[in-house]
Amino acid sequence: MATLTSTPGLAAGRPASPTRRRRGARDGRTPVGTYVLLGLLFVVLLFPVYYGIIGSFMSPSDINTFPAKLWPTSGFVAENYANALDVIPLLRQYLNSLAVAVLVVLGQLLTSVLAAYALVFLRLRGKRFWFALLLSTMMIPWEAIIIPNYLAMAQLGLINTIAALALPYLAAGFGVFLVRQAFLTFPMELRDAARVDGVGNLGFLWRILVPLTRPTLAALGVWSFLSAWNMYFWPLLITQAPENQTIQIGIAQLQSVDANDPGMVLAGVVLALLPTLALVLFGQRFIVRGLTAGSSR
Amino acid sequence: MSTAVRTPEDVSPDPTGPTEDRSGRRRAHGRESWGAFAYLIPALVVFGAFFFFPLARSFYLSFQRSDLFGRPSGFVGFEHYADLFTDAGFGKTLLVTFGFVLLTVIPSMLIGLVLALLLSNRIRGLKFFRTAFALPFAFSVATAAVVFGVMLNPATGVVNGLLSYLGAGPVGWLTEPSTALLSVAITSVWMQVGYNLLVLSAGLGAVPDDVLEAARLDGASGLRLQTGVVLPLISPQLFFLAVTGTVQALQSFGQIHILTRGGPDRSTQTLVYSIYDVAFANNNSNFGAGSAQAIVLLVVVLAITAFQFGFLERKVFYA
Repeated sequence: MATLTSTPGLAAGRPASPTRRRRGARDGRTPVGTYVLLGLLFVVLLFPVYYGIIGSFMSPSDINTFPAKLWPTSGFVAENYANALDVIPLLRQYLNSLAVAVLVVLGQLLTSVLAAYALVFLRLRGKRFWFALLLSTMMIPWEAIIIPNYLAMAQLGLINTIAALALPYLAAGFGVFLVRQAFLTFPMELRDAARVDGVGNLGFLWRILVPLTRPTLAALGVWSFLSAWNMYFWPLLITQAPENQTIQIGIAQLQSVDANDPGMVLAGVVLALLPTLALVLFGQRFIVRGLTAGSSR
Repeated sequence: MSTAVRTPEDVSPDPTGPTEDRSGRRRAHGRESWGAFAYLIPALVVFGAFFFFPLARSFYLSFQRSDLFGRPSGFVGFEHYADLFTDAGFGKTLLVTFGFVLLTVIPSMLIGLVLALLLSNRIRGLKFFRTAFALPFAFSVATAAVVFGVMLNPATGVVNGLLSYLGAGPVGWLTEPSTALLSVAITSVWMQVGYNLLVLSAGLGAVPDDVLEAARLDGASGLRLQTGVVLPLISPQLFFLAVTGTVQALQSFGQIHILTRGGPDRSTQTLVYSIYDVAFANNNSNFGAGSAQAIVLLVVVLAITAFQFGFLERKVFYA
């Protein structure tokens, strides 16, 4: 920031014409090159989205030919969806995914808010140690501890249960980090004022702090929902019966069940995408806040 | 924060006498450390049960032989580790992992950067493009991999279909050892680009207009402005993405499991896939050897994270 104040002086040494300056600021050139490059990247990067959706409405004669068609020339068909629902218990798997995601969201909100509260507002011996310990879980790659976690679930007889799917994810170092950041910006005078007024810890937490940090909690909620809904490795190990699996495993199974019916496979994909697509389209600001929280410091 | 000012009054009309509460609090004061600790317990219980205890058990298992049913059956010392580093197969696994990281991280950062720079111009349709490029976000690893699996199908896939219009022969994307890793990497890049765009856009948005203006007045423009002035200013974001992208690539599993199962000819067998292969695939149940590989993964990821912390504080330019 210190350089900012010195630059006008530097610039004054050069005879910059005012017209050039204005053009530089607004970038008045017609950015044809920008649009061409942008258009190209748009086509390439959005093609899988387009094809995934359009393909789910293609009849086998359109999608299962060579060279493949880009448009359902013999008409849109909905039977891919019916077939997908027939082959695997997609509806049941949908509910499984939803149950896991909701449990994970609620669990992470609760554990993160409570832990962050103690770390910011309470006297706590060894605060730095506890914070570091909670955060250290972010550095442990989940795949490095997946074998003992699987063995524990097997020993507890929890294979094929919602509990096994959700339990390890009820707390997250990232959640503690994110909520702590939000609490740190909270004015301490308010906390003191509430104390003087006789508001206890839980009252202050529930009635003042949580309502006022809603955007951050929503960001954590969206982030934890997406990560729970999208899980793959853990549900693959922990569930075997189709009716206990999540939608992500379900659509992967669709492909191995019938690779010769790509339209049906893509219909399953679109069904699995609906909740996350809605979140991305309507909850984008929360996603941005949650996802970029770690990057700017 | 304007709403914040109102709150103390909103909460105060609690009829229970303040004196009573205050004295109660005073009593609690000496024990606050224990009371405060109670708030940490839920998180600590989850982490203890599913992170720290399993971590210790991973180490333990890596020194144990596994019987047919995967039960630990005797201390073998460093045997599993010694096996890993004398086994040519594991050498190849590490090489594949390294290649996968390079093929994923570098292209996804470059494309993300180009997109972020293009979208930092004040152009028409900016909002449309931003929303459109965020769409791949909605895809999970399974949905993305399944879509790419359909598109890259050697016989009927649309990618080979489009190539045939250009007169190019069919490519066995997922069935040839020479292209399988690339195909899995392309899928991963596609999933990663949206996030990189987001982070880099946030970085570019924080670059003060005055700085750009000053650089322009000094005669910088176009590519020189971008590489000489803008890139150093967003170096924290670039560095962050390089590190997190590497760690994420190291942990990739779903796309490999769905697209190639580590094949053909182990050409997509990364470290994480190898853990799965040894411990879980085909009822192998070799949890000891799998745990040794898991510890290798842990050490690699921790080394990268340590590097990040050591490096971040010094070398990266902060605006």
